[in-house]
Amino acid sequence: MNQVPPFGSLATMLGPLQRLGHAALKALQKLGRAHLFLVHVMSGLPDLFRRARLLLAQMYSVGVLTVLLIAISGLFVGMVLGLQGYNVLSDFGAEQTLGVMVAASLVRELGPVVTALLFSGRAGSALTAEIGLMKATEQLSGMEMMAVDPIKRIVAPRFFAGFLSMPLLAGLFSAVGVLGGYFVGVGLLGVDQGAYWSQMQAKIDFYDDAVNGFIKSVVFGAIVTWIAVFEGYDSVPTAEGVSRATTRSVVYSAFAVLGSDFVLTALMFGES
Amino acid sequence: MSGDCADKDVVISIRDLVFSRGARKIFDGVNLDIPRGKITAIMGPSGTGKTTLLKLIGGQLRPDRGTVRVDGQNVHKLRLGQLYALRKRMGMLFQTGALLTDLSVYENVAFPLREHTQLPESMIRTLVLMKLQAVGLRGARDLMPAQLSGGMARRVALARAIALDPTVIMYDEPFTGQDPISMGILVKLIHDLNEELGLTSIVVSHDVKETAGIADYIYLISEGQVIGQGVPEAIERSDSCWVRQFMQGLADGPVPFHYPAADYAADLLLEPA
Ligand SMILES: Nc1ncnc2c1ncn2[C@@H]1O[C@H](COP(=O)(O)OP(=O)(O)OP(=O)(O)O)[C@@H](O)[C@H]1O
Ligand SMILES: [Mg+2]
Repeated sequence: MNQVPPFGSLATMLGPLQRLGHAALKALQKLGRAHLFLVHVMSGLPDLFRRARLLLAQMYSVGVLTVLLIAISGLFVGMVLGLQGYNVLSDFGAEQTLGVMVAASLVRELGPVVTALLFSGRAGSALTAEIGLMKATEQLSGMEMMAVDPIKRIVAPRFFAGFLSMPLLAGLFSAVGVLGGYFVGVGLLGVDQGAYWSQMQAKIDFYDDAVNGFIKSVVFGAIVTWIAVFEGYDSVPTAEGVSRATTRSVVYSAFAVLGSDFVLTALMFGES
Repeated sequence: MSGDCADKDVVISIRDLVFSRGARKIFDGVNLDIPRGKITAIMGPSGTGKTTLLKLIGGQLRPDRGTVRVDGQNVHKLRLGQLYALRKRMGMLFQTGALLTDLSVYENVAFPLREHTQLPESMIRTLVLMKLQAVGLRGARDLMPAQLSGGMARRVALARAIALDPTVIMYDEPFTGQDPISMGILVKLIHDLNEELGLTSIVVSHDVKETAGIADYIYLISEGQVIGQGVPEAIERSDSCWVRQFMQGLADGPVPFHYPAADYAADLLLEPA
């Protein structure tokens, strides 16, 4: 009665495998497109030297408009660090080193990482949505027909603006965070002001801490902006497609930042 | 290379064009010639692929088979730089307008000039105002695209399409959403541009009367094929029932109004799965 086709069970076993393979191939294809896209974006760099105005306009909307968010977040993170650090350090009578702890946490880790996450939520999602909507409303195709390369004219300035803004924003985050730690530690909890700064000066190393933190923020800036502009450009050109692309842009950025942070940290601080 | 390219009077020649979207064949062996300096109309029912055809000519889509030659160059064999050089000589009015939403009307029309020329600002201003005057929107220069009506947006897009004085211009549904007055002006504008500048124009339109009024030659496409062609008078006198039905807008005839579907009654009776 219940005729099972001879290879029925095999087919049901192969089904999930087939879907897995299909998904993997699609992911690889997308990765390939993303890299070709990046190369194309890079080829727009020479044009940007001639038309700095385009870059500056994007630096404003991608970078400057994110400054307030970064500054306020940095302040609060620094204040929390001051509070938590004081609680732990004072148990060992080491509250004089609060400045070191605050600055090291910020410069090495929290500055680049939190800035990148905030940046992807504030600026990256906006980039994805903007480019996606331009695609959905045929503005990109219209530009192509006017013999203007949308990747060079629209995407490249946005990419480089994000790439340049990130390290500056991360620097700002750390600087404001150190001040936040100072307000709480020195201002409220009575850590010695001289010790806060001098210990920090003595223990924070330019190469080990500042340069490594800077390298991280450069890498994160490139990753987050790349994901943002690519997701926008590669989005399905409908309202739903753009909304999905925006979500993906933030989610993938978070994964990519945290994952690469581990790799970079292992490379930079792993042996010492 | 092939024989028809030697013919100087043909700007765009399409041979044996095949193009599919998914499983659906949009074009199945289309042959077309667009004569230089003339207005050629491409007409056909909604959804037959007229917009798709213009995108194939502009090199934005790749055909599965067949060639599209513009000025003797095979559009789909060009390198990107060459394709862009070719596109500078082609204007296209998008069905949706495709205006840049973050730029004002003025800046939209100035956009191709700023991108492709080093003209001084005063010259750009003169050119932009001339083009806007031609479409009757000089007074709307400071509006943003979101503040325009559909018909106005299309006229701005037209002004932008002619900003660089192209030699070939493709209009995708230029008359949709125009009131009778602006319709008349647009018809005249397309006609005059063609006469005075010697443009080659391709007009995609459903407006049979207006289009037949200015077109020098008409192609009718349906279901992936060219099913009628000729000068407007010949098309109007055509004894093909397909052509007659389309040109006269009759409900009954061989042209399907419906997208391919299963039988209506059976579909209604079908239990939802
Ligand atoms: N991006 C797309 N993906 C899949 N199919 C598409 C896409 N764009 C268009 N099509 C299909 O291609 C066919 C031709 O579309 P096209 O826009 O060229 O029609 P058209 O002749 O311009 O119609 P209209 O007169 O209504 O503008 C349609 O049937 C449509 O379903
Ligand atoms: Mg169309």
